[in-house]
Amino acid sequence: MMYGYEWDTTTTLSFALSILPILGIGLLVTLQAAAVGYAIALVLGLVLALLRRSRFKAISWTVACFTEFVRDTPLLVQLFFLYYVLPDFGIILPAFMTGALALGLQYSAYTSEVYRGGINAVPRGQWEAATALNLTRLQTYRDIVVPQMIPRIVPALGNYLVSMLKETPVLSVVTVLDMLGLANMIGERTFDYLVPLSMVGLIFLPMTLICSALIHLVERALPKSGIPLR
Amino acid sequence: MTTPIIRFQDVTKRFGALTVLDDFNFDVRQGEKVTLIGPSGSGKSTVLRILMTLEPFQEGNLELAGLSYHEPQGRGEFKASEKHLHRIRSNVGMVFQSFNLFPHMSVLRNIVEAPVAVLKMKRDEAEGRAVELLRMVGLLDKKDHYPSQLSGGQQQRVAIARALAMRPRVLLFDEPTSALDPQLVGEVLGVIRGLAHEHDLTMLLVTHEMRFAREVSDRVCFFDKGRIVEQGEPERFFSNPEQPRTREFLSSVLNG
Repeated sequence: MMYGYEWDTTTTLSFALSILPILGIGLLVTLQAAAVGYAIALVLGLVLALLRRSRFKAISWTVACFTEFVRDTPLLVQLFFLYYVLPDFGIILPAFMTGALALGLQYSAYTSEVYRGGINAVPRGQWEAATALNLTRLQTYRDIVVPQMIPRIVPALGNYLVSMLKETPVLSVVTVLDMLGLANMIGERTFDYLVPLSMVGLIFLPMTLICSALIHLVERALPKSGIPLR
Repeated sequence: MTTPIIRFQDVTKRFGALTVLDDFNFDVRQGEKVTLIGPSGSGKSTVLRILMTLEPFQEGNLELAGLSYHEPQGRGEFKASEKHLHRIRSNVGMVFQSFNLFPHMSVLRNIVEAPVAVLKMKRDEAEGRAVELLRMVGLLDKKDHYPSQLSGGQQQRVAIARALAMRPRVLLFDEPTSALDPQLVGEVLGVIRGLAHEHDLTMLLVTHEMRFAREVSDRVCFFDKGRIVEQGEPERFFSNPEQPRTREFLSSVLNG
C-alpha cells in the first residue's frame, strides 16, 4: 500500500491498473519538476546569453566559462553536487527544489546557446536602425531583438523541453518521489519491477508526444517576423 | 558666416589596414542639402555611418551641433560614453539603403516606437504625429500594414517618416533608392524632394541618381579614395567639372 492505494497483484493487468493512482501522484511531481526546471532554464538562459554579450570582458568571460562548464559536465554529477555539497555551505534545499534547480541550471546552459544563436540571427540592419533611432541597448533588446528572435528559437527551445521532461527521472536518485522513484518503491515491495517500470515508460510516451505536438502548434501559430512584447 | 553644424577636421578612419577616410575635412552649414557621389568604396557612406555613430573613427575631430564625438575622458572604440553618444544621436536621423524597418511591427508602430521609447512622448500624441507623417509620404492607408506587405518604395517612404518622427536636425540618406526597382525610385525621390524645401533641415545624401542630385542639392561633393576630390554648386559641378577624375566618373555614370 502506498498513499492509501492498495495494489492488486492477482493479474498483470489488475496490478498495472491498481498502481496507476500512485504513479499519477508521481507524474504530478515529474511535471512540476519539469515546469520549474524549464522556467529556470528559459529565464536564466536569456540572462546568461545577454551577459555573455556584455562589453565588459570580465563578465562575458566568466559567463562563457560557466556555461561551458555546466554544458560539459553530467547532470547527475551536478545534481549530486547540489544535493550533497551545498548543505556544507549552509544551503539546505528540499530534494525537489534541488532537483528542479539542477535541471534548470543544466538546461539554462543549453538555452543560452539557443538565445545566442537567435540574437546573432537578427540582421545587422535592425541593430543599426535601432541605433539610428537612439534606442538604448535595453530598449533595442526588449523591443527589436527579442521579439524577432522568438519565432526562430521556439523549435530549439521546444526540443529542450521534451528532452528535459525525459530527464526528470534522474531526480529519483536524490530521493524525489517522481514516477520512477515510486515505481522503484513498488518494485521493492512487490518484487515485481517489470510492471511498474513498464508503466512509467508507457506514461512518458504520450506525454512527450503531446508536448512535441503542442510545440509544433505554437511554432506554426507564431508570426514569422516576430511578436512585439509590449 | 555661422559655425557649421557638421565639422570634420582631419578625420582618419581605418578598417584594419585599409584607410577609408584619410585626413578628411568637411563642413556643412545648417539647412544645407549636400549630395555625396563617387565610386563605391570611396568613403561616402562611411561619412554618414560615422555621423550616425555606427562606426568609430581613429584620428581627428568631428563636431555636430557643437558636440564633439570624442570625449576627453572617453573610452572604448568610440572614445565616448553611451550617454554622450545618445546626446549626439538625438540630433541625427538616418535612412538606410535596405530600409531596415522593424518587420514585427505595423507601419504605425514602426514610426511611434522611438518617439515613445526615447522622447517619452505620450502614445496618442506620437500616433497623431505619425499619422501626419504618413499623410506626408502618402501612405496613411497603409498604417496598419506590416513592412512585408509593402513594396520597396513604400517601405522606404515609411523609413523616411520614421526617421523624421524623431525630429532630427540632420538627416542622412545612405543610397536610399539603390535597392529599389527602377519604377519605384520616383516615389521615394519625390518624398526627399519635398524635404529639400524644409529650411532648417540639414540633409546629407549619398546617391547614384545624378539628375536628382543636381536638382535638390545646394552642393555636390565628389569622393575618391577617402577624400573629396571636387565639390561645388550642382549647376557648375555637372556642367563644368574641373578635375579629370570627376569628369571620368561623371561620364561613366551618365553615359554608362
